[in-house]
Amino acid sequence: MAEATFEVFRGDRDGGQATTYRVPIAPGMVVLDALHHIQAHQAPDLAVRWNCKAGKCGSCSAEVNGRPRLTCKTRMDALPLDKPITVQPMKSFPVIKDLVTDVSWNYRVNKKIPPFTPRPGVKWKMYQEDVDRGQEFRKCIECFLCQNVCHVLREHEKMEQFGGPRFFVRVAGLEMHPLDAISRTGMLKDELGIGLCNITKCCTEVCPEEIHITDNAIIPLKERVVDEFYDPLLMLVRKIRGAEQV
Amino acid sequence: MNTEYETHDCDVLIIGAGGAGLRAALGALAQGAKVGVVCKSLLGKAHTVMAEGGIAAAMANVDSADNWRTHFRDTMRGGKFLNNWRMAQIHAQEAPDRVRELEQWGALFDRTKDGEILQRAFGGHTFRRLCHVGDRTGLEMIRTLQDRGVQMGIDVFMECTVSRLLKDGDRIAGAFGYWREQGRFVVFRAKSIVMATGGIGKAYKITSNSWEYTGDGMALAYGAGAELLDMEFVQFHPTGMVWPPGVQGLLVTEAVRGEGGILRNKLGERFMEKYDPKRMELSTRDVVARSIYTEVREGRGTEHGGAFLDISQKPADYVKKKLPSMYHQFKELADVDITKGPMEVGPTCHYMMGGIRVEGETTQSTVPGLFAAGEAAAGLHGANRLGGNSLSDLLVFGRRAGIAAADHAKTVQTTTIDPRQVGDAAREILTPFERNKEDGENPYTVHRDLQDVMQNLVGIFRNREDLTRALDELEKLKVRAGRLSVEGSRMFNPGWHLAQDLKSMLIVSEAVTRSALAREESRGAHSRIDYPNLDTTWGTKNNVIERDGNAMRLRQTAVAEMPGELKQLVADEK
Repeated sequence: MAEATFEVFRGDRDGGQATTYRVPIAPGMVVLDALHHIQAHQAPDLAVRWNCKAGKCGSCSAEVNGRPRLTCKTRMDALPLDKPITVQPMKSFPVIKDLVTDVSWNYRVNKKIPPFTPRPGVKWKMYQEDVDRGQEFRKCIECFLCQNVCHVLREHEKMEQFGGPRFFVRVAGLEMHPLDAISRTGMLKDELGIGLCNITKCCTEVCPEEIHITDNAIIPLKERVVDEFYDPLLMLVRKIRGAEQV
Repeated sequence: MNTEYETHDCDVLIIGAGGAGLRAALGALAQGAKVGVVCKSLLGKAHTVMAEGGIAAAMANVDSADNWRTHFRDTMRGGKFLNNWRMAQIHAQEAPDRVRELEQWGALFDRTKDGEILQRAFGGHTFRRLCHVGDRTGLEMIRTLQDRGVQMGIDVFMECTVSRLLKDGDRIAGAFGYWREQGRFVVFRAKSIVMATGGIGKAYKITSNSWEYTGDGMALAYGAGAELLDMEFVQFHPTGMVWPPGVQGLLVTEAVRGEGGILRNKLGERFMEKYDPKRMELSTRDVVARSIYTEVREGRGTEHGGAFLDISQKPADYVKKKLPSMYHQFKELADVDITKGPMEVGPTCHYMMGGIRVEGETTQSTVPGLFAAGEAAAGLHGANRLGGNSLSDLLVFGRRAGIAAADHAKTVQTTTIDPRQVGDAAREILTPFERNKEDGENPYTVHRDLQDVMQNLVGIFRNREDLTRALDELEKLKVRAGRLSVEGSRMFNPGWHLAQDLKSMLIVSEAVTRSALAREESRGAHSRIDYPNLDTTWGTKNNVIERDGNAMRLRQTAVAEMPGELKQLVADEK
């Protein structure tokens, strides 16, 4: 039976190294299948997160041959098998053990975002053409691959000033909800630091749900921030009004 | 051996963070309780996320004739009248309000032309009834509940496994468990506990369920003295993927058939004409699963042992809009474009109708202070669940469980944790580390062997000989599971985690097998080759399992009788 060679990161927050495993290949096999095979036959304590195995839960994110992927959707027959397949944890988050990383920062950012707030007494009628936009953002499965590749987080580690693409997508879903009544542009500018994004579209490229993160979420949100805070005419008006009030 | 532990206090502890657990948390919070939620995975990854087709609720947005009475009747008929009628009534009456509530918390459902929530057809439902978001309804639901929970201030203890319930005399006092990340122990002191742990699919080889679905809630409740009900009724979803091997069992939503998908065998025959000419592909799941299985067994299956399911007669854009995740799933994992050709599908273990026996209105089990909701609880679905009735179940009974658990907590002054119970629990889960690898059993191997036993001997079609053999095999597996050994440290160690999960799987597997052996008839999801017909005597009985020392005891109770007006309703042919 044909075999593939894997080099899987084994270690914890104090460091580690790649360990080599050989795994028999079956038709249609994905990288997560190989990791399960390693657990069952060679390394029972190999730490991997996974749940649905169908690309719907976003648990099994890792870097396969250096590319951020859901391992449950990474087909072995799409990878060159003449050299070892490397599997590394997501780089932007601290390693807990092996392929499992500490993603708790994301949950903390999420808590800051003001929830859906309907207008009082609103009629609960919405049309498909009005919910289409929001539904795209709500497809997000929170795999955090976009957070992992975003250079503001990955290279510059600006976790304290920046929310990252996942949470711009979440805010976009709220802001573009047809019945939502509040504005989150202030927090986009300040707490979530949307200005730090220079739209390199790395996030959009890795999104397994094919959400147009940059074009449909980030850019329209940036425009809202600009309109509200950096419009020269409005700034002038505010200045005059502010001066009058003194 | 380090048996130290940390302690957390709450009024209501909820075990499980899927739809039922999160809705229970919101229900308990609304009553002013201090709520803790424990889950084995990260928040938002529970199996609810996999639910595709929709939430059944008689909103009558599409078919104006729909109402709770029809939904009630469909549910009772689908369950072959073993259902707890009161639960079926409450469920049908309250589901529409629970859906509206989700919308008010921010969920974005697909819409009708008039701007209402769109509803689609599903098996066994008289009317178009399933509120949905394409084929990712569960994701929408869990995200909505999760965000609402975070906003309301629930404490979520993620990646934490509960291995034992603690009692203070007869009533619940808390739970003992460990953090999966570091392996450290934790005790939750609680006045009420809600079990929202989902099903048992991982006891079977071919399943749509993730690693989490090991029957923990049922096993823990059983251990604490609660009764289990209807454990023979395991739902095999008719359409799981059959090829390639790595995705075998993965769910293919019933929405494919709801949207017009047609089933054929390898000869091109639309075989549902033989088995249910009236309802065809939209027959109930038990019937469709048996039909596919029979076609395959009689040599009319596809190359990989399934049936063809075809939606390609619909316009490609429509398929991509209404079934986007199915489109991607087949394209990426099986190289099949479902807008151009058929899928290959076959039955997969999907859902547990049986579970913790609860009181219909409050969801309290037979142990004071212990509640259960969702798949972990039994009663609503009887012998077979209709598609779409699970998400509505989670919402309706999750809320009721949360409220009742909070009310119960108010009646309890203090709870005392017994250090001996904690010490026992700690020692028990550390023993696999003390055995040499050479003397011990590998948890992965024991798990695989258990899955083979359940798949081959306690599957879709059952008979006395197989079931008796399964009980013998389970005894041997129990002995082997008592000799597990694990390698490595307590830090995020999946082998050690599986060793815990195996205990639950063995308990629920035995309960399924004993109940299946006892029920000498075929009803709903339970098909006995040696007793192929419905038996009216068995139609008045539920199987109940309870712990008697170290032995499992089975007895029958009478199905509660419906009031006259409901009897009339289900008898009505209209």
